[in-house]
Amino acid sequence: MTTSASMSRRSVLAGAATSGSLLMAGSGAEAQPAKPAELKIGITTFLSGPASVFGVPAKQTAEMLAEQINAAGGIGGVPVRLSFVDENPGTEHLVGEFRRLVQSEGVHVVFASISSGSCLACTPLSDEMRKTTILWDCGTQRIFEEGRHPFAFRTQGYGTSEVLAPLLYLLKHKPDFRSIAVINQDYAWGRDSWELWRAGMDAMKPGVRVVAELFPRFNSTDFSTEITRLLALRPDVILSTSWGGELVTLVRQANERRLLERSLMVLPVAEASLPPLGRSMPAGHIIGTRGDHWVNHPRPRDKAALDRFVNGYQQRFNQPAIYPCHHMFQAFSALQAAYTKAIAAKSGGWPNDQELAAAFQGLTFDTPTSRITIREDGQGMEDQIVGLSSFGTLPYAVPEKMMLYPATNVSAPVGQKSVDWLKTLRAGLENTAGEAI
Amino acid sequence: MRRTETLLAIGGAALLVLLAILAPWLRFVLTIALAKGVAVLGILLLLRAGQVSFGHALYLSFGAYTVAFLAPAMPEALILMPVAMLLSGLLGLVIGLFVSRYRDIFFSMLNLAISMVFYSLLEKLYHYTKGTDGIRVGVPRFLGMALERDQFEWAMFGTALVLALAIGCFVRLYLASPMGQALSAIKTRETRLEFMGLPARAVLLSAYVLSALMGGLAGSIIAMTTRHVTPLLGYWTVSGELVFIAILGGAGAALGPFLGAVTFELVRVYAAASFADAWQAILGLVLLGVILFFSRGLWGMVESLWRRRA
Repeated sequence: MTTSASMSRRSVLAGAATSGSLLMAGSGAEAQPAKPAELKIGITTFLSGPASVFGVPAKQTAEMLAEQINAAGGIGGVPVRLSFVDENPGTEHLVGEFRRLVQSEGVHVVFASISSGSCLACTPLSDEMRKTTILWDCGTQRIFEEGRHPFAFRTQGYGTSEVLAPLLYLLKHKPDFRSIAVINQDYAWGRDSWELWRAGMDAMKPGVRVVAELFPRFNSTDFSTEITRLLALRPDVILSTSWGGELVTLVRQANERRLLERSLMVLPVAEASLPPLGRSMPAGHIIGTRGDHWVNHPRPRDKAALDRFVNGYQQRFNQPAIYPCHHMFQAFSALQAAYTKAIAAKSGGWPNDQELAAAFQGLTFDTPTSRITIREDGQGMEDQIVGLSSFGTLPYAVPEKMMLYPATNVSAPVGQKSVDWLKTLRAGLENTAGEAI
Repeated sequence: MRRTETLLAIGGAALLVLLAILAPWLRFVLTIALAKGVAVLGILLLLRAGQVSFGHALYLSFGAYTVAFLAPAMPEALILMPVAMLLSGLLGLVIGLFVSRYRDIFFSMLNLAISMVFYSLLEKLYHYTKGTDGIRVGVPRFLGMALERDQFEWAMFGTALVLALAIGCFVRLYLASPMGQALSAIKTRETRLEFMGLPARAVLLSAYVLSALMGGLAGSIIAMTTRHVTPLLGYWTVSGELVFIAILGGAGAALGPFLGAVTFELVRVYAAASFADAWQAILGLVLLGVILFFSRGLWGMVESLWRRRA
């Protein structure tokens, strides 16, 4: 007993030293690496704090997928091993952990971050450390529009398409709306998403009156003041890009005071909050899911795969697979496709960091619902599906009258800033950008 | 004891350098720890006067944002650091003129309030500060040289270490000087200080400005090391962390803050690495243990060990 205890203590203390010498042996990105014993993946996600409603399901998904991949023989014959890092303590801790993952754990690839702030801090590090980094969930358009990041790739859509698709849906569904109010969380995404929406709306439908711009404190639990004001102002449309527990609270409180009978809600990040809302979510409001992965997708690319994933997750964790689970699936799918491509390009050899990153350029990978291509700036082209909340067989709301917006129609072209591009849009796009499914 | 302290300081510095050589990723963590140690030295000065500031993250974030805003125009680390430090000291002077009138809980709470106002400004002035997403800081030059990432990390680590030693020395001298002795007098009996003809407000104000200078310097080092600043650096939890490190390290000597900061960061990193799900609990338990069993902090522990041997 005593020996094992002292051994473990010593090994913890010596961890730093050994990791240092290990690194010296393994550094040099240009070296031709042998096939490793395991493929190490570092994943940063929220394990605590309010955003853990996304982070924990994503972690569970990652563990489930890693088990499945390993049971099937790993990636390129190499089993995967995951290490998780909590994003909640903030940037300073996270960038330290990123370094630890790369320099001490020796991870082969990093899956970075739910929070946009975290992604903005991690991507420059990926450039400097020349470590392939998959931005698996964050949505800020700033990443690839403010600089080039040859080692960072986003395997899902981003703020621009996730805001523009619901806007186009609104323009088609209720073309005669005349006033709008916004109630977003007071932090970067809340502000950014409103700026994107406003640019697009003013370009395609000038003259809409913005009756209120409400930015309640982040993590608010009481929206009574805002709701009172919205009741008095009677806007035709209320936009909210809030998410998680806050959105649940907002919808519940608004619904109790019958605000949703007067105004049409547009909720681009609704999906993850629909299961906890259950029947408290009224029908007939516009809902989005940051992608096309609705559980009732009418014509997914691979129905069997979608069911297998969604049902497998539900059975194992007794929770519905919300969108972060799908985004994690996409990250793994992209990683597998990239390794397959890189190993084939090297005719069976194991790729180094550069070769792996090169494989991500222009990569196309499968998701249960469709196919995503990573374009030359690193941005993934994920389709968007928006619909109206409705109730079917499930105990929570799912969309009906769905519209599918192909990613290329709702994303800013490479090299253009989203806000500038949105300002160039013209009325009529709502009829051509999407198709009913 | 004095010679021992010097020896321990040199030994500790050598140990940190050794760690930084052996484990490159720890270099980053240790740089941050040293920077925080410098900020905590400022807290220590105020603690001597019996005043606890729950708002010193204000100076940390002010220094960091000064770097973030000035770095594009003036990408030279050795200019940015003193500029951030001086501006922060200036802010400390303005705020200090108000808060130095108050004592105890009022002093703590006023500091907290002002720091939270600054935090909110960082968050709300979205078009200038980019809100919670924060601002990226490019790699500044060092002595006019554009360094590679690795060299720059070494440069920052070295600078932080040298500054920590220098400021540690300074704080020791300051505490031994009449001004430092007067700080302790504020804690014991302020009226007597006034009877002796020393203005208590001025004594506290000068300590406050010094602590603001150190906070600003620490913030600038943190900004250039993490290279991305967010408003979270100015949140009250960070202020709490600084006070906590001061207690953990022990307020008895200038080495205490560094001992506390290095321990805090290492425990946090190792706890986070080994238990991603429950690292807060581990960190809390370790720190609780130290506080419960070594009421004078880690430095008190070192001291009593030394006494026993002597």
